[in-house]
Amino acid sequence: MASYLLRRLLIAIPSLLGISLILFTVLAMAPGDPFSEMATNPNVPPEVREALRASFGLNDPIMVRYLRWLTSMMQGDWGFSFASRINVDTLILQRVPTTLFVVGTSQILALLIALPVGIYAATRPYSVFDQIANTLAFVGFSLPTFFTGLLFILVFSVALDWFPFVYRSDIAATGWRWYWEMFRQAIMPIMVLGLFQAASYTRYVRSAVLDVIRLDYVTTARAKGLSERKVTLRHITRNALIPVVTLVALQMPAVFGGAIVTEQIFRIPGIGSLLIDAILANDTPVIMAVTFVFACLVVIFNLIADLLYGWLDPRISFS
Amino acid sequence: MKDHDLRRLIEGVKTGALSRRSFIKKAAAVGLAAPFANQLLGFNGVAMAQNATIEYKPTKAGGGGPLKILLWQAPTLLNPHFASGTKDQIASRIFFEPLAGWDKEGNLIPQLAAETPSKANGGLSADGKTVTWKLKQGVKWHDGKPFTADDVVFTWEYAKDPATAAYTTGSYKDIKVEKVDDYTVKVIFPEPTPFWADPFVGVAGQILPKHHFAEYIGAKSRDAPANLKPVGTGPYKFVDFKPGDILTGERFTEYHVKNQPHFDTLEVKGGGDAVSAARAVLQTGEFDYAWNLQVEDEVLKRMETGGRGKISAVPSGDIEFIILNTTDPWTEVDGERSSIKTKHPTLTDPKVREAINLLIDRDSIQKFIYGRGGVATASFVNEPKMFKSQKLKYEFSVDKANKILDEAGYKRGADGIREKDGKKLKYVYQTSINAPRQKTQAIIKQACQRAGIELELKSVTASVFFSSDVANPDTYTKLYVDIEMYTTTQPQPDPERFLNQFTSWEIANKENKWLGRNVSRYSDPAADEAFKAAQKELDPAKRAALLIKVNEIFCEAHVILPLLSRTRVAASVHNLVHDHSGWDVDTWNLAAWYRS
Repeated sequence: MASYLLRRLLIAIPSLLGISLILFTVLAMAPGDPFSEMATNPNVPPEVREALRASFGLNDPIMVRYLRWLTSMMQGDWGFSFASRINVDTLILQRVPTTLFVVGTSQILALLIALPVGIYAATRPYSVFDQIANTLAFVGFSLPTFFTGLLFILVFSVALDWFPFVYRSDIAATGWRWYWEMFRQAIMPIMVLGLFQAASYTRYVRSAVLDVIRLDYVTTARAKGLSERKVTLRHITRNALIPVVTLVALQMPAVFGGAIVTEQIFRIPGIGSLLIDAILANDTPVIMAVTFVFACLVVIFNLIADLLYGWLDPRISFS
Repeated sequence: MKDHDLRRLIEGVKTGALSRRSFIKKAAAVGLAAPFANQLLGFNGVAMAQNATIEYKPTKAGGGGPLKILLWQAPTLLNPHFASGTKDQIASRIFFEPLAGWDKEGNLIPQLAAETPSKANGGLSADGKTVTWKLKQGVKWHDGKPFTADDVVFTWEYAKDPATAAYTTGSYKDIKVEKVDDYTVKVIFPEPTPFWADPFVGVAGQILPKHHFAEYIGAKSRDAPANLKPVGTGPYKFVDFKPGDILTGERFTEYHVKNQPHFDTLEVKGGGDAVSAARAVLQTGEFDYAWNLQVEDEVLKRMETGGRGKISAVPSGDIEFIILNTTDPWTEVDGERSSIKTKHPTLTDPKVREAINLLIDRDSIQKFIYGRGGVATASFVNEPKMFKSQKLKYEFSVDKANKILDEAGYKRGADGIREKDGKKLKYVYQTSINAPRQKTQAIIKQACQRAGIELELKSVTASVFFSSDVANPDTYTKLYVDIEMYTTTQPQPDPERFLNQFTSWEIANKENKWLGRNVSRYSDPAADEAFKAAQKELDPAKRAALLIKVNEIFCEAHVILPLLSRTRVAASVHNLVHDHSGWDVDTWNLAAWYRS
């Protein structure tokens, strides 16, 4: 086990290096520069722009810039944002709580919907409930979040005037009022993301349960005279959830990475909107940091998923 | 009106025989706009009127509750001298103030200055080299320390240092600033400078507190805690800031203007897109004010029917225009295309350019595409009105264009495209990707087709088009096409610096890495001469005439085809009285906003 872990961690290092190199090169070769907004402004002489480029080290060759980035990254210095001139790690840490709250809650909501619906549908395949659940799940993951997001805004904000559609991280209220305002502004994005995720989870849960439900040990459990409830929860669900747990673990980087489209629509100050803003402003250090952190999370959670798998299913060994 | 008639009238105002108002009326009758007339008086020693741009009605400071502003591009920093984008300039202007700002008519309104410098009050020297600013007394920084001349001098030292990496360096690097006494500073220009209202004025002129930034001059500028926690003299005090997201402030109780500001708290939220920002103001009323709504007018009109808010548009220095390339974009000479050593096969013919100018249906473009967002024009400089050419007119006539081309000997070929000596009138017409621009392209292409000119439309992503990437052939300064269209901005209500894009020494080429401001590559010795003369001319009337001449030379040569003078469009809820200006940032007069 320990040697497996060590081996996987050692393999992760070259792959992360490779990822960072590719990201950096692609970003460096992509068109646009962080000072494009100054280009049409006659008040900023070209020399000033050139001097700024030079002082931010943008005129050096790509490899020199990459090595400089890598060495400072190793020492924990993530660089500073060209757009806001503050350290990238501060900028990211400011965004993490909001993203964790919104995307995390929506994942929990998705599981709360998907687990009971998926299991119940699988135990009664092709029943009316199953048909309806299946249809809704299809509809749910066929509708992109930008569409449902706009639809929610038009219905609940513009037409009904129930919820605000601009998310504010500073709510000027305290006590219960704060919780109420938070709930009001978060409900739409959480529902949009949660329902979308729930739709695909439901289908996974259903098919995983269906696979297990036909196995012999389930028949045995029933033959022993266990109640249907006990059979479903203890014997079927526990085994059926192994692939689902992996799926959720693989989904975790997205919880940190934020939901780019939904965050943009509802103006949620999360990691996703930080990434979009940075891309639009050609703010390379921020793009690099966010994408690289994302890559690290993907590698780490892949490892965790593999380890979880072995723990949940003792038939798999790591030796 | 002759020069000396005008002078007689000015004398009249000076001696009291003629009232200020009737002078402006008389001037208006001969086509001189009020700001110009005002400036004429100012130059000739009659003090400027303190032209408050909105009437401020509240009788006490505070009590207005919260003010919520929505910027669809989020501010990312709060140091005005690092602010590259308008969003950051708007945000930092809430806390910092310049000595004077520009109102929507292009008048200079004192903010931290006690008065606008003029010849009469001794503020402007006769040689045009020094400007003396009297500072307002009793102004306090948010931390209670007094504002003095030291802060002004420091701001100059801070911004001029190249190591500080301030975007405003251009306004400060060549001047000298001296402290005369605690409330007087002297700005010394190396050359006679007719347009002196640049350092310490408007966007680039915001004053920093010496006691917060003194240690962070030069290379350490990025480490200053005050970059993110501003301490200024503005109407609202800093509370909290999350870059790229939200900015909050509260009323500064010791603000230097009596009874201002009206609101108790301030919130500036950023992010999203322009359409939903307009919706949050006009339809749901979640926010009080949204800025820079580059949204099709039709959409805005539909939202306005919701009845919660209104749209206001003010003139600005933005001009949407077309360049006809007179150099050859398809032949490479010394490693660059569109070199001034080459000649365009057909666009060098003034008749062809004249015909193309007649094929632009500016009225339809305004009516169907831009609405309140632009005014059709034939002049490159439109605002302030004193600099607008009265001579330039536009016309849309396919028949006239056909006639001109027929007379010039361009015959239609079998494919309906005109040609002469085997050279076809086929052009590539490029612009950035932006819905109204693609629609404009289509309108012009259709008209050109009817005159036997074929246009191939090309659109480039804005981030590439406006970048200064030397390796990319599609940037706007490369001009590797026959025809190009974009918007350029005249930031101040004075077009001198703006018009340097019509001078021969600014031509963009390989040598200056295509950073030169003259993208059209066209030049005319007469324009060069008029521009140089305008840079030294201290008489505003003569100077305006010279600058108008530069503008007219390029527009009459049909190298520059102006389309629309753009306006700045903002949305606000019905009961908000606000004041935004096309010559300064939207928050320039934030202290005077109130809820009726």
